[in-house]
Amino acid sequence: MSQTFTLDGLSIPFTDGETIIQAATRAGVFIPHLCYHPEFKPHGSCKLCTVKVNGRHTASCTLRAAAGMVVENNTEELNAERRALTQMLFVEGNHFCPSCEKSGHCQLQATAYHLGMMSPHYDHFFPDRPVDASHPEVLLDFNRCILCSLCVRASRDVDGKNVFALSGRGIRTQLIVNAKSGRLVDTDFTVDDKAAQICPVGVILKKRRGFAVPIGERPYDRAPLSETALAETVAAGEEGV
Amino acid sequence: MQTNDGQFEAVVGIVDRVVADYRRDPSCMVQMLREIQEACGWIAPEAIDRLQAVLAVPRTKIEGVAGFYSFLHTRPVGRYRVLFSDSITDRMQGSAALLERLCSTLWIEPGKVSEDGLVSVDHTSCSGLCDQGPGLLVNLRAIGRLTVERIDRIVELVRDEVPLADWPAEFFAIEDNIRRADLLLATPFAPGDALRAAQARVPSDGLAAANLRSWREGLPTGLGGPAAMLDEIKRANLRGRGGAGFMTGLKWEACRNAPLKAGQQRFVVCNADEGEPGTFKDRVLLSRRADLVFEGMTVAAYAIGARRGFLYLRGEYRYLLDDLNAVLERRRRDGLLGSDIAGMPGADFEIEIHVGAGAYVCGEESALIESLEGKRGTPRNRPPFPVTNGYLDQPTVVNNVETFAAAALIAVHGGDWYAAIGTRHSAGTKLLSVAGDCARPGIYEYPFGVSIRQVLADCGAADAQAVQVSGPSGVCLGAAEFDRCIGFEDIPTAGAFTVFDHSRDMFEVARNYVHFFQHESCGFCTPCRVGTSLLKNLMDKLHQGCGSPYDFAEIEKLNQLLQTMSHCGLGHTACNPVLDTIARFRPAYERRMQQQEFAPAFDLDRALAAARQMTGRDDAGAHFLDQEA
Repeated sequence: MSQTFTLDGLSIPFTDGETIIQAATRAGVFIPHLCYHPEFKPHGSCKLCTVKVNGRHTASCTLRAAAGMVVENNTEELNAERRALTQMLFVEGNHFCPSCEKSGHCQLQATAYHLGMMSPHYDHFFPDRPVDASHPEVLLDFNRCILCSLCVRASRDVDGKNVFALSGRGIRTQLIVNAKSGRLVDTDFTVDDKAAQICPVGVILKKRRGFAVPIGERPYDRAPLSETALAETVAAGEEGV
Repeated sequence: MQTNDGQFEAVVGIVDRVVADYRRDPSCMVQMLREIQEACGWIAPEAIDRLQAVLAVPRTKIEGVAGFYSFLHTRPVGRYRVLFSDSITDRMQGSAALLERLCSTLWIEPGKVSEDGLVSVDHTSCSGLCDQGPGLLVNLRAIGRLTVERIDRIVELVRDEVPLADWPAEFFAIEDNIRRADLLLATPFAPGDALRAAQARVPSDGLAAANLRSWREGLPTGLGGPAAMLDEIKRANLRGRGGAGFMTGLKWEACRNAPLKAGQQRFVVCNADEGEPGTFKDRVLLSRRADLVFEGMTVAAYAIGARRGFLYLRGEYRYLLDDLNAVLERRRRDGLLGSDIAGMPGADFEIEIHVGAGAYVCGEESALIESLEGKRGTPRNRPPFPVTNGYLDQPTVVNNVETFAAAALIAVHGGDWYAAIGTRHSAGTKLLSVAGDCARPGIYEYPFGVSIRQVLADCGAADAQAVQVSGPSGVCLGAAEFDRCIGFEDIPTAGAFTVFDHSRDMFEVARNYVHFFQHESCGFCTPCRVGTSLLKNLMDKLHQGCGSPYDFAEIEKLNQLLQTMSHCGLGHTACNPVLDTIARFRPAYERRMQQQEFAPAFDLDRALAAARQMTGRDDAGAHFLDQEA
């Protein structure tokens, strides 16, 4: 690990093939992200993890670190842009935090707090997205989907099932399930699937556990996202080793 | 029930035939879905059942792909699917009134299917008939030069359920409209010329043998023939004609030098997904000079050591497919494709045509490759680039139709001959698709360096206010800039040249382009997926007279975000038409800043429109009137 790049002035060591976000996380530097998850192949779609590398914007989850790179992360400019992206995700779906059982454990909400988002800013789209309550154990509330595709990757790469996929295009892109009926109950999905544990927002919800942990005692109530995310990533990394 | 069973069996039969035709290869998913739909009218759940069973792929994969492309339908559509081209030039030629006329005479609403399932009418992005618009596609057959009479005749033909094959042939006659022919369109060329010339360039017989072996084995080790060919392309200073202008010789060389893993090979892909609104030159090249294009691909294969090639034809040009396949078949018969091409033992190359299905983003090379692999057309993360990790993760050269045509001529006449034409940094000629407010729209081929003013004079545009060069992702020029020149050192272009006279409202031009990008955004990345919709909403807000300086600032902020944060060129350039027109035609925007302070986009009276329509009322009591008004 003799090679390094600089991140906001800090010297960050990295190994060959490591992405910027991987190296940064290992060095204890938080880069906001939503579609990135240390256990999965990077997707590069949410663009929250965008940093400036030698002056150019690029997603830090897909770009491999190279010696001598000068990377900006925690800057006013980038955080403003990330805030705008977060606001876009809020208005694109139907996110009503006060009534959402994922509140306090939702990465989108925590990201908004982290970035100091005080309002959704843009006009809401209020899309019409039906809920799928067909499965006995799990509820799908598509209103909150941010199209990060983590469930798609988890089901395909870990569960070997392909329960989820993205269909549609553009603003009509949507999550679909692997059944002719389009209903989760008609798939081979189970509550123990990796895909059932991975949703960063409130789409894939286990039934009858909604408020088992009271609001105020949930992960992001206890510690800010930056700390929680780093701790989780380190844990995942150790598991991987 | 019997008829249902019969239909089910018919669908199964069709799916089985199509799957067999494509060797049960899931990487041909887009082609299989397209052909199933051509046979069945739409992609029914039963068709997906069967496809899923015989290919053993998850249903989500099939539905994900089918859902991505505008021309693939997983819900029933009309037996006659009429799609009006929604390019700005179609609009300027009166397409909106014609669509309205067709819909009101047929008693249907745009975007919906008639109750008897006979017909559906909708919009589609520019269909590439700007020089002979307004245009439409009916079951993907193009009809241009629409008039009220033609529309009325179409109504009769649809009502009488006349098969498309029996519609008047002149409806489907597409003009080439070649107004100025130069190198590509006028140089005499016989099929095989380029390959014979490439062969003649081999320094000696001994080396020739080594080269031919290298082609068959896909190894870039041989010197001589292929290397000599590559040198000519480099010496020609040929640059990619898709718009970005990357040096073709460097691209080919990078692909040729890319290491192959066991079982891998190199590929040549011709990008004929000509989707940029206002562009139609590839349509003409493929109609008139198909041999030149295919031979250019074969020359590329020779230079890099590829044995397979694809031509990715945009779905809107489906009507060219049979003719193009006939050209390929003739070339096979003449020994110009297949095994031992032009009598060279070991020289093998095959070309397959894949047809797109209505997705502009597939013009981006990595999205095109995804589509070729039978997937959703989402641009890949780059690097790695296609020259090393392209089709099925193997080294791939992707070039524009026009680039391959030029390469074939370079093979015949040499790099020096080509480099002497055009300008220092832009060798050769460029095909321009001229349309809009001019007397003689069509194809104009010029050596690089021609001024905007010259083109305007030649096409008979006396009253030009603005020219959109290279389509909405290009640049909008005002009269003060008409002495600028077409070329990579000044105004690079993929070919569109759309003229607007002083009667045109440049704000509405930009708004049309913004709608286009919103419709074509692939939805992969947040900034483009949501940002293009927000931009569209803001432009619509200005259009409706609710604009204030606040919205203006919002537009500028969104532009910034799209440019810096988007995943691919679509998002990066989606703001260009707005930024350019703000910079040059600001009064067109200021006219719309009717509000001094912020005004909401939401308008209560407009929101009641749906209720008025449902109740059939339009009296004063059905309107919400502001008390101050």
